[in-house]
Amino acid sequence: MDLEFTKSDQEFREEVRQFIANNFSQPNASGQNIEKYHEVTSDQMKEGILEWHKTLYKKGWLAPHWPEEYGGVDWSITQRYIWDQECANAGTTPLIPFGLTMLGPVIIAYGNDHQKDWVLKGILSGEDWWCQGYSEPGAGSDLASLRTKAEKVGDHYIVNGHKIWTTLAQYADWMFCLVRTSSDGKPQEGISFLLIDMKTPGIDVKPIITVDGGHEVNEVFLEDVKVPVENLVGEENMGWTIAKFLLGNERTGIAGVARSKKAISRLKEIANAEYNDGKPLMVDPSFNQKVTELEVELTALEYTELRTLAKESKGEGPGAESSILKIKGTEIQQKISELTLEAIGNYASPYLTPLSVRSFGSNYPEVGPDYSQGVAQNYFGMRKTSIYGGSNEIQRNIIAKMVLGL
Amino acid sequence: MDFSFSEEQTLLRNTIQSFLQDNYDFDSRKAIIQSEDGMSKENWQQLAELGLLGVPFSEADGGLDFGPVETMIVAEEFGKGLVIEPYIQTVVTCGGFLRRASESQRQEHLSKIISGEEIWAFAHAEPQGRFNLSDIKVNASKNNDEYSLNGHKCVVSGAPWAQKLIVSARTSGDQSDKDGISLFIVDKSAEGVSLRDYKTVDGSMASEVTFENVKIDSSSIIGEEGKAYDLIELVVDETIAALCAEAIGAMSVLNDATVEYCKTRKQFGQPIGKFQVLQHRMVDMFMQYEQSVSMTYMVNLKLSEDELERRKAASGAKVQICNASKFIGQSAVQLHGGMGMTDELNVGHYFKRLAMIETQFGNADHHLKKYSSAS
Repeated sequence: MDLEFTKSDQEFREEVRQFIANNFSQPNASGQNIEKYHEVTSDQMKEGILEWHKTLYKKGWLAPHWPEEYGGVDWSITQRYIWDQECANAGTTPLIPFGLTMLGPVIIAYGNDHQKDWVLKGILSGEDWWCQGYSEPGAGSDLASLRTKAEKVGDHYIVNGHKIWTTLAQYADWMFCLVRTSSDGKPQEGISFLLIDMKTPGIDVKPIITVDGGHEVNEVFLEDVKVPVENLVGEENMGWTIAKFLLGNERTGIAGVARSKKAISRLKEIANAEYNDGKPLMVDPSFNQKVTELEVELTALEYTELRTLAKESKGEGPGAESSILKIKGTEIQQKISELTLEAIGNYASPYLTPLSVRSFGSNYPEVGPDYSQGVAQNYFGMRKTSIYGGSNEIQRNIIAKMVLGL
Repeated sequence: MDFSFSEEQTLLRNTIQSFLQDNYDFDSRKAIIQSEDGMSKENWQQLAELGLLGVPFSEADGGLDFGPVETMIVAEEFGKGLVIEPYIQTVVTCGGFLRRASESQRQEHLSKIISGEEIWAFAHAEPQGRFNLSDIKVNASKNNDEYSLNGHKCVVSGAPWAQKLIVSARTSGDQSDKDGISLFIVDKSAEGVSLRDYKTVDGSMASEVTFENVKIDSSSIIGEEGKAYDLIELVVDETIAALCAEAIGAMSVLNDATVEYCKTRKQFGQPIGKFQVLQHRMVDMFMQYEQSVSMTYMVNLKLSEDELERRKAASGAKVQICNASKFIGQSAVQLHGGMGMTDELNVGHYFKRLAMIETQFGNADHHLKKYSSAS
């Protein structure tokens, strides 16, 4: 047991820092002069989000958590930790997780050779944007009750159903999708995992606008969608096993420690710039205490995550403990957004541009200090984190059942 | 001791409820927000015709001569409907100042508010001042019978719709002195007044207002020069009492909607309201609501008490309302799941309004300190 960084770790940090400094720039920071947010086209948004992905692909650093033979990187957990920290500090564009974090490991574990070839290549190159077809209007927390049906006719599945909360499906080329292939036995036993080309006739993507004014999630309607049988991952009716494997992976990424650290330091900067009764808000004892408590809690989460990663690197896959990372990670993220909202005082209320456009780098004229932009929208938007990826209530049920044996 | 409402008060409540029923369903509200004006002038006229714009004003001034309890009723019902129109800004806050203004000022202005002809906004907060009522840098310097106003007021709620502003400004003293603050009635169209209007996250509108050598006749000062602080504190306390009422209206809708949703939404073969962890959450929401109603009644009944008692009541109520707004707003979204995050469902809109009520005229931290210093 030790916490020291070796000399080579420190050299690695230097190398990584240099690379980010030389290669990352905010999308559109110097690009088109977009004055009105509605002038940003969907293609420009997609392009902007993928810029950093493509830079990392070229460098070969895109998938540190994949085995090297599939295009991963041979980094120790310390190096992965350093990498996350440096990316967060530089505020790099978050990578879209659907292919890299979610589907990639599934294909590596359950896919056939053909799937390993084309799916992984498309994820890495950024050519294929994936979305996740899990939730349905009647199947949220109770995912196993899903009803989207796939019937095998010849060498195709015919898929009919309705998916919801499909994040960034508006950009997606492909969807990995849970479908019902059998209604025999327990609901979990009749589910399969299908890869669906979003260009297939019969697919209709309808936007859902959220409380923060953004368009990130969608409904996906599927009507007689023809999917070739070779797009089935694993065996028919073993989709639930794959779904659980995927959700376990989703939860480890969800802790977001490095980005929360960065967000807390930003919160402190704001609280030092804001004045309260003539003094910086940060020296106000009650505000200071709230920020400090949060920082301590985040440190605890950081070491919980490191312990989980260390276990994982010894081949012990993420167990039900990863639910802790999801619960604490999202609660901390929400609390940071809440305190940041509190810090900016009266400038909480102006609403000027949707958050998604702001992160793209819109230069629409703003009101109030720069740091107040989008803070309220971010607070509203962050409420989703305790709902998605298995709500925090469900995560607690998982720990109660799987860890405590209740 | 009696916490029941009189027949007249119940009638008032019914009047507002039927107005909202006819004019303010969720879709109509949405259309109002998306309209060019961002509010409905027709609704405003209707409020005037119903007499609601005259609630707190004396009969001599042309009003209904009602007290804080009636204002509370109006604000609570408006909170249920998430009303956008600037009632509290115009009638409670600016009306609160004007009620205490000179005879000639009341005559000149109140009839225009009561008839719906004019909307008013209170330009007070400044970027550096946060919630501190005496941290005022906007400056009014006197030259003969005229003042010259300079400076920047931030997030002036309702200003885009207003014809007149009541502006606090420093006529003497240092930046955060309580002495030396004066109140002025300023015509929005006066030379040197410029506004940057914008939407707010809760569907309303506000402005950044800057004054550049704006000439104001000394007859436009409310009360005595340099002595406005106590009046500002009083009227802000009255505004807080009304905001508390608006908040409990919004909370009641969220609580009802959440209980209803949990009774009908089925997962794992049963309504999710059968799960104990969600039941307890809803019980906590209910308790927070009841505690908030109590504090709202309390503050509205204590507005006419001596200054210290009134300040304590207002700050105590605001602390409770801030905490409950956060808990109920967040919980309602959580229990509605993804649906609670959508723009389409009303839940998220109530959540956003409650979040903004938290910061208006001071958040929980601010009022905890005020409460403590008044004890």
